Amino acid sequence: MSEPEVQHASDRFPQTRRSVIEAVHSIDAEERQQALEALCAAYWKPVYKYIRLRWNRSSHEAQDLTQGFFLEVLERELLQKFDPRKSRLRTYLRVCVESFVSNEQKAGQRQKRGGAMPHVALDFASAEQELGGTVMDPAAIPSPESLEEFFEKEWIRSLFGLAVEALRQFCIERERERTFRLFEAYDLDGNGKITYEQLANEYSIPLTDVTNALCWARREFRRIALTRLRELCGSEEEFQREARAAFGWDAK
Amino acid sequence: MKFLTDKALERLREGAETPDLSGTRYRLLERVARGGMGVVYAAEDVKLDRRVALKVLDVPETNGDLASRLLREARVLALLEHPGIVPVHDVGTLADGRVFYTMKFVEGQRLDKFVESVPSIPDRLRIFLRICDAVAFAHARGVLHRDLKPANIMLGSFGEVLVMDWGLAKILRGSAPENLRPAADPEATIFDKSTPATAADETTVLSVVTDHGAVMGTPGYMSPEQARGDVEHLDARSDIFSLGTLLRFLLTDGFSDSPPVRARGLDKSLESIIGKATANVPQDRYESVSELAIDVSRYLDGVAVGAHPESFFEKATRFYRRYRFFILLIAAYLLMRVLILFFFHR
Repeated sequence: MSEPEVQHASDRFPQTRRSVIEAVHSIDAEERQQALEALCAAYWKPVYKYIRLRWNRSSHEAQDLTQGFFLEVLERELLQKFDPRKSRLRTYLRVCVESFVSNEQKAGQRQKRGGAMPHVALDFASAEQELGGTVMDPAAIPSPESLEEFFEKEWIRSLFGLAVEALRQFCIERERERTFRLFEAYDLDGNGKITYEQLANEYSIPLTDVTNALCWARREFRRIALTRLRELCGSEEEFQREARAAFGWDAK
Repeated sequence: MKFLTDKALERLREGAETPDLSGTRYRLLERVARGGMGVVYAAEDVKLDRRVALKVLDVPETNGDLASRLLREARVLALLEHPGIVPVHDVGTLADGRVFYTMKFVEGQRLDKFVESVPSIPDRLRIFLRICDAVAFAHARGVLHRDLKPANIMLGSFGEVLVMDWGLAKILRGSAPENLRPAADPEATIFDKSTPATAADETTVLSVVTDHGAVMGTPGYMSPEQARGDVEHLDARSDIFSLGTLLRFLLTDGFSDSPPVRARGLDKSLESIIGKATANVPQDRYESVSELAIDVSRYLDGVAVGAHPESFFEKATRFYRRYRFFILLIAAYLLMRVLILFFFHR
């Protein structure tokens, strides 16, 4: 094997966009809007579910508060006040949500939401379905102490979900739909019982093709998830910490 | 967007962590351990049909510092060919962009686990001397380990004693090959063994400490100067401090079958050796690992150690312990003569 050289950063983890924290300070309105959309796409589900469970709000109220929160982020330029040296963006946003909901409670009434929300489809029905299907099981409702962990887990779920979606698009563009289907069957839907051999038989392909396809898909998933995570962090240090948290490297 | 179950999240995490070994000569077997910046796997070298240990970065990064550190660790290992230091076989970059290196797969136990099976203090001291050999060799090649602790010492199944994890190693001035010097490695701060660091060196050091955000090392084992982040003043005596704490560990921990040594107290000579090795001020410590090892060897041989000026009583006690057999023999002879004289003069 030839002598390796440490590759340039962009070779390993290409950054499609700047960090949202930098982008919200941009003089370019379009870039600012994109940053908010990226933020909203990654965080709206964790925020919605957190409001539902933390304050036991109805679905309708939680929807209203979630939209209200992201409008507040936009209108009060909350991201511009975020200092990555002091905390993680995830923690900062969760604290902002708590403060926002608390203020709303003090006001005693919900304000009618209006204004320009980021152009992100907030599929509350699916979020509600996820809650109903999983964590609303009485045994799985988080205790107050574990709500922070719950928010973190939902944030990871959201981040990975976006990365999987991006991977699907990437596979379509590269005409590798079968690769994605294998990845979906083994890593996403697989219950641990499905084997590479079964997949090879099902798709009538050699076993090595399954191995290579899964290897490629995982590599691309990792790359996409890390790239997206990089966008959502305010500093390299935060990125390192969040990557460790998201991929569970600290716990092992 | 597809809903990901907890199980799917776990599988995605596992899949993302598993190194992509396609295009290499290695086949992944199992994960062995996790270090500060990477994971060690057991892998099979399919060309040579042998088991190797493969260390790969897990943490992603955008500035290449960690990759440089891992690469430098491999180069440091390559520089240190010694029976007490695990040999490196190969280094490279995986298809997923992560830097890795492979080394000899050591089957054995970490010192902190192994020590319980060694109840004898002399045996533990002999293990310590083997560690000193490897560290002294590294110092002779101009390399400081900077993270000596029980978890970084491996004892192989055939009695090998190996000093592991050179990820925090520092190269001393005048000893570093070109590829280990700061231009190639931002973490490799070079300074002279005997002369004070220059202002330029100091700047490099400070920026390194700031960039990594923390002092590097293990609390409880690193020297006070290392704990202060006083990187420019680190020299062999910093590792000697760590060796002193390691010696204390060996002499006080893991005695499962006998009363704890801590309760009955260490021998004063050993206490003095540890005290000298772990002195707060580097100038009060041993000048070199060899000096420390000589003192430990002298203790094993029952000779006075340099670190402990003995009183007359201690000298006599040590003399008695060393020559107990002959002293008792002579005493028995003399006693017999006295008894004979007494019997015949009655």
